Amino acid sequence: MVAATVQCASDLKRSFESLPFPWGEIPRGALTEIAGPSSSGRTAFLCSMLAAASAKQEFCALIDVQDAFDPTSASHAGVALSQLLWVRCGGNLEHALKAADWLTHGGGFGLVALDLGDTPLKIAHRIPLAAWFRLRQAVENTKTALVSLAQRVQAPSCSMLKIELSRDRTIWRGVGPGRFLQGFAVTAAHVKNHRRHEVAITIDG
Amino acid sequence: MFAALHAPGNLPLLVECAEHYSPLIEELPPDTVAFDIRGLRLIFGSPREIAGEIHRRVGIPANVAIASNPDAALHAARGIAGITVVDPHREAATLAPLPLYLLGGSPEFAHTMDLWGIRTFGELAALPPLGVAARLGEEGIRFLRLARGEQTRLLRVRGEQLRFNEELELENPVDLLEPLLLLLAGMLERICARLRSHALATNEVRVSLNLERAPEHSAALRLPVPMLDPKVFLKLLQLELNGWPPQAGVEKIRLELVPVETRTMQHGLFLPSSPEPERLEITLARIRHLVGANNVGSPALLDTNRPDSFRMGELNGSRESIAATPRIVLRRFRPPCAVQIRCTGDGQPVRIFSPKGERRITTSAGPWFTSGDWWTGGSWNREEWDIEVLEEGIFRIHQDRDSKRWFIEGTYD
Repeated sequence: MVAATVQCASDLKRSFESLPFPWGEIPRGALTEIAGPSSSGRTAFLCSMLAAASAKQEFCALIDVQDAFDPTSASHAGVALSQLLWVRCGGNLEHALKAADWLTHGGGFGLVALDLGDTPLKIAHRIPLAAWFRLRQAVENTKTALVSLAQRVQAPSCSMLKIELSRDRTIWRGVGPGRFLQGFAVTAAHVKNHRRHEVAITIDG
Repeated sequence: MFAALHAPGNLPLLVECAEHYSPLIEELPPDTVAFDIRGLRLIFGSPREIAGEIHRRVGIPANVAIASNPDAALHAARGIAGITVVDPHREAATLAPLPLYLLGGSPEFAHTMDLWGIRTFGELAALPPLGVAARLGEEGIRFLRLARGEQTRLLRVRGEQLRFNEELELENPVDLLEPLLLLLAGMLERICARLRSHALATNEVRVSLNLERAPEHSAALRLPVPMLDPKVFLKLLQLELNGWPPQAGVEKIRLELVPVETRTMQHGLFLPSSPEPERLEITLARIRHLVGANNVGSPALLDTNRPDSFRMGELNGSRESIAATPRIVLRRFRPPCAVQIRCTGDGQPVRIFSPKGERRITTSAGPWFTSGDWWTGGSWNREEWDIEVLEEGIFRIHQDRDSKRWFIEGTYD
């Protein structure tokens, strides 16, 4: 009984400190970066995080710089749309950073995500490191997990966890006219505390 | 003591008459009022004299009844013509001949009474309470007490419609926003204090500004939850007026807060925290001001097969839990990117010509045909393919079958 209580308390403490999702867990009160080229499964990763947070009945915010979020496929991936605040910035990075700043400082969200996935690298690199530190500071000592999604890691010195994704191959099923996209085989490299772990995973279509 | 007035189709006249005698009036549309007449004995004398005075005052043929409780007075006024004074402890005897339909009640109750052969108040009043309780429950006991004239209650006094508004006429027109906000702050403080004293909150703030030689400027804040913080309202008004400032000097300010019941909420011990509504509303107002009102909210899918159909709604806080199934999602290009596609003889896409240049399509899957809304003006008819482009990614493309143009809809990621 005591062991069960200790285990339960440990689980509770762990859930306060991190947000588990199907392929791992992300730290709360810190910045996590998801990086990868197009079609590497990075948006699937982000949506699985949003789905995990919304499954815990937490509110999430998605600041969508290029207006690329598709509610239909996100809903199929398990994201509870009624708990998601979607901010469409129409390509304006400055607006996105301001919105992210206000939302992180407002508090109360389980996950705040900044989607720079389709923002050209040249523009994304213009974000000053101070802006990333300010965002990180806003979520420090809170239960909010801050996630950024981009083509490359933007703030390596600021993020606690970096997930770098690359697509190994595309899995098609069937031949000819009946063929359909079954999924991606990707390699996810988790870099945490200067330790790099690579795992091969399959994302279903 | 209570008096009741009954005259078919003359409720306003009856209310006007009742207002001469008491501020405590209960209206029972369509044709009856009841009011409190305690204290009138000193002015008019006995209950019969009071009833006579009321009958003279009303000026039209009306039934007047006086009884020790409102329901007995109401039933007597509805069922007995002319002036009736129901003496205390003789309510049951006075009401006994009245037909049972005056009690009202559900159709089931009326049917049961009909089956039992009960037609009048007196017949119902004669039934044993324990038997009625066993067969008809709480409703039966209530009707039994009404039939006996024993039911005591307070009058449901009609309330004045409370309005929480304030107007301010200015000697000199105000051109700048800061002094205007200073005036609004004072008005908000006062109205919120009045709301607080009535244990109410608001979910809508309306401002109208009469302008110097310009049309009236109006703004309305609709809040997702009832609030009562003048500082929050002031901040929201500031953001609203910053976005859409008045076009001329303000001569008169009208401010109205729509009253609603206050928000009561029981937080669960193990429920995760959520954004504080007041702070969230200010944050959302700021973001709306920045990116546009239509670009912030919670997406809700529409009941249609049309691609990319959704509407932006409020983040209403309804917590739902969906089984998460991690899978590839689509990143959309809004608007879809126009491209040219070269196909083989059997219609398979093999090359794509986009603004980035020409690329070879290594694998393709499709076609999937979708169409809809042909019965309305905004129909769509398209052929969709999933394609893999070497060193680029996996895309969803579609051809508009009416215009024969190709578009990249998005990328799978």
